[in-house]
Amino acid sequence: MKLFEYETKNILRKYGIPTPKGGLATNRSEAEEVATKLKPPFVVKAQVLVAGRGKAGGILFANSVEEAEKTAEKLLNMQIKSIPVKSVWIEEKLQIKKELYFGITTDRFNQSYVAIASEFGGIEIEEIAAKTPEKVVMFYINPQKGLRSFHTRQIARTMGYAGCQILELGKILERFYAASMDYDVELIEMNPLVETIDGKFVAADARIILDDSALFRHPEYKKRLLEDESELTSQELEALKSDLAYVKLDGNIGVIGNGAGLVMATLDTIQHYGGKPANFLDVGGGAPAEKIATALKIVLSDPNVDTLFINILGGITRCDEVARGILEAKEEVGVTKPMVIRLVGTNEEEGKTILTKAGIHMLESMEEAAQRAVEISKHGGK
Amino acid sequence: MGILINKKTHAIVQGITGTQGRFHAKLMLEYGTKIVAGTSPGKGGTQVHGVPVYDTVEEAQKKYPANASIIFVPAPFAADAALEALENEIKTLIIITEHIPIKDAINVMAYAKQANATIIGPNTPGIITPGQSKLGIMPTHIFKPGNIGIVSRSGTLTYEIAASLTRKNLGQSTCLGLGGDPITGLNFINALKMFEKDRQTKAVVLIGEIGGKLEELTAQYIVEEKYPKPIVAFIAGRSAPPGKRMGHAGAIVMGKAGTANSKIDALKNADVKVAEKPNEVAESLKELAYIYENG
Repeated sequence: MKLFEYETKNILRKYGIPTPKGGLATNRSEAEEVATKLKPPFVVKAQVLVAGRGKAGGILFANSVEEAEKTAEKLLNMQIKSIPVKSVWIEEKLQIKKELYFGITTDRFNQSYVAIASEFGGIEIEEIAAKTPEKVVMFYINPQKGLRSFHTRQIARTMGYAGCQILELGKILERFYAASMDYDVELIEMNPLVETIDGKFVAADARIILDDSALFRHPEYKKRLLEDESELTSQELEALKSDLAYVKLDGNIGVIGNGAGLVMATLDTIQHYGGKPANFLDVGGGAPAEKIATALKIVLSDPNVDTLFINILGGITRCDEVARGILEAKEEVGVTKPMVIRLVGTNEEEGKTILTKAGIHMLESMEEAAQRAVEISKHGGK
Repeated sequence: MGILINKKTHAIVQGITGTQGRFHAKLMLEYGTKIVAGTSPGKGGTQVHGVPVYDTVEEAQKKYPANASIIFVPAPFAADAALEALENEIKTLIIITEHIPIKDAINVMAYAKQANATIIGPNTPGIITPGQSKLGIMPTHIFKPGNIGIVSRSGTLTYEIAASLTRKNLGQSTCLGLGGDPITGLNFINALKMFEKDRQTKAVVLIGEIGGKLEELTAQYIVEEKYPKPIVAFIAGRSAPPGKRMGHAGAIVMGKAGTANSKIDALKNADVKVAEKPNEVAESLKELAYIYENG
C-alpha cells in the first residue's frame, strides 16, 4: 500500500527526522491558513500516488501567501495522470546545498532488507544507479543485528561526510530504520534528503510503501486503503474487500482462475491466440461457491467484458464448489455473456455434472479453451 | 531418490486442527506420507485422523522425532511456528501459509541459515516425490514417479504442467513450489544444485514468473556452472502490465525490472529451452530426450 507524502512525512516527524515545515490543504482557504503560518518561499505539492509527479506538473513554487493559495487551487483542479488531486501539501522551500538519496527496501535473493544510499539524489534511484553506479552504496541489513549506529556512521562516511555531520546524518538514518521496521515497510525512501546550505539534513521528499501482508498490524492504514477510492477502480476495491486478487486490464475477455501463476499463464495464452484479457482475477485456493459468484459479479461489472473465460484446475479448490458458484452468480445477476469454462481437478466429475445439467458446456484443455474464448470475443461475444 | 523428501521422511503438521491442516493431513496420510504428530497450541492430547496432537513442537519431537514439518498456521502466527520448528531441530520446513509479513519472513530465513535448515515457501503448494512422500496441498493423481524434476514459483500452474507431463508419460523425480511471497526460502539455484546431485533426475523443468531477478540470476548460474542437466522453462506473465501485483505478492514488474521478456531472454541465452505455452513444456522435453537418446 502506497502512502501519501504527507502521511510519510508525519511518520518521519514522529521519529524526529527533520522535514520542511508545512501543512495539508484541501481547498483555497485551508491553503491560506497553512501558508500564513509558514515562511515564504513555498513549495506546493499535489498529494497523488503516481510516479513522476514532478514531471507531470504536480510540484509548483510560490513566493507569497496569495500565490500559494492560487497555486494550491490550480493543483486542486488538476488531474495528474488522470488521478484527481484531492489535497496539496504546502511547505517552506529549503535552501539546498546538495541532494542525497537514502532508502530501505527488501532484497529477495539475499532474503534481507537492504539500505541504499547515494550522495547524488533527487532523481529516481534506478536513474542514479544507471548514471553513477559507483556512487550507490548497498548495505545488506542482518535482521538479527539491525542497522546499528556504527553502520549508519559508516554509510555517512561513504556518502562523503566527515566530522559532526556524520553524527547528525547517522542519527537520521538510524531513526529512519526504526520507522521502517515499526511500520512494516516494503519500501521507504528520502529522495531527496537535502543537505541545506547551513549543513543540516532535511527529508525534502519521502515515500513509503507498506507491506500489504502486514496491514493487520496497522489497522489505521488498512481502513484508509478500503475507504480511499482514488487509488483503486471500483472493481479492484470490491475484490480487495472480498479477498480476491483482481487487476483491471484493457481488453474484452473477462478471466477468472485459481492460482496467480495459472491466471497469468491464462492471460498469456489468450494473448498468444490474439485475444485481449479484460482483467486478472485469482480466486485463490479453496474458494467456496459464494466467492466464485462474487468473482463473476466483479468481472461482469466491467462494461468492456463481452466474453468470460473461467479456468479452474482444482487442487484445494473443488470443482463442485466452482460449479455451484457459477450457477449462483448466473441466477443472481443473470449472466448473459458467453462463458468458456475449463474445469478439471479435485471433484471434477461432480462439478461437470452440475454444469452439464444446467446446460453449460466445458472444455478439457486450457489452450483449447483460450482459443475458443478468443474466437468468441472476436465476434463481440456472440 | 528424488530431493529433500522420500519414504524415510518423518513429518509433523503444525496447525493440524485447522480446516486446511486437518484436510491436508488426511490427504497426505492417504498418499503414504509418514506424519508422526501434529501440533496446535491448546489442543494437545487430542487426535486428528489418528495422528497425536501436541501443544508444542518440543513435546512432539520428544515422543515422535521428525525431520520435516509442514506449516498451516495463519499468517500472523506462522513465523512463530517456523521458529519453533527450527529451535526444535527440524531441518526441512514447508510453509504453506501465504501473505506472511516480509519482516517476519526475513527473520525466519536468517534463523534457518544459522540452523542450516531448508525452508520451502511461504505461500508454496509444497513438495512431492511421487510414489514416496508428499508434504503439500497438491492433487496427487497428476503426478507419477519418473526422472523429471520440477521447480516452480507457482502452484496451480505447476499442476497444469505436471499433469501434461504425466499425460505424455514423463514421470517426475520431485516437484516443488518455491512460493509466491516476496521473501521465500529455497530458490531456483538451490533446487538446481539438489537436482544435479540426484541420480534419478535426468532433466529439470523450471517454472518462473514476473517479478524480481531470480530467473536472471539462475540463468547466470546455469552458464557459469555449465549446468550438466537439460532444463526446459516456462515464464508466466508476458501480458502483465508494469506496476501491478499479479496475485502473488512477489509477482510485480517494477519499471523495466522483472519483466517476463527479461527472464525469457536471460534463460534463452543460457541455452535453456523456453516454452511459449504451458503444454509445450512436455513437447520440448520429448525433443530433448530424443536428442539425448540419439547422441
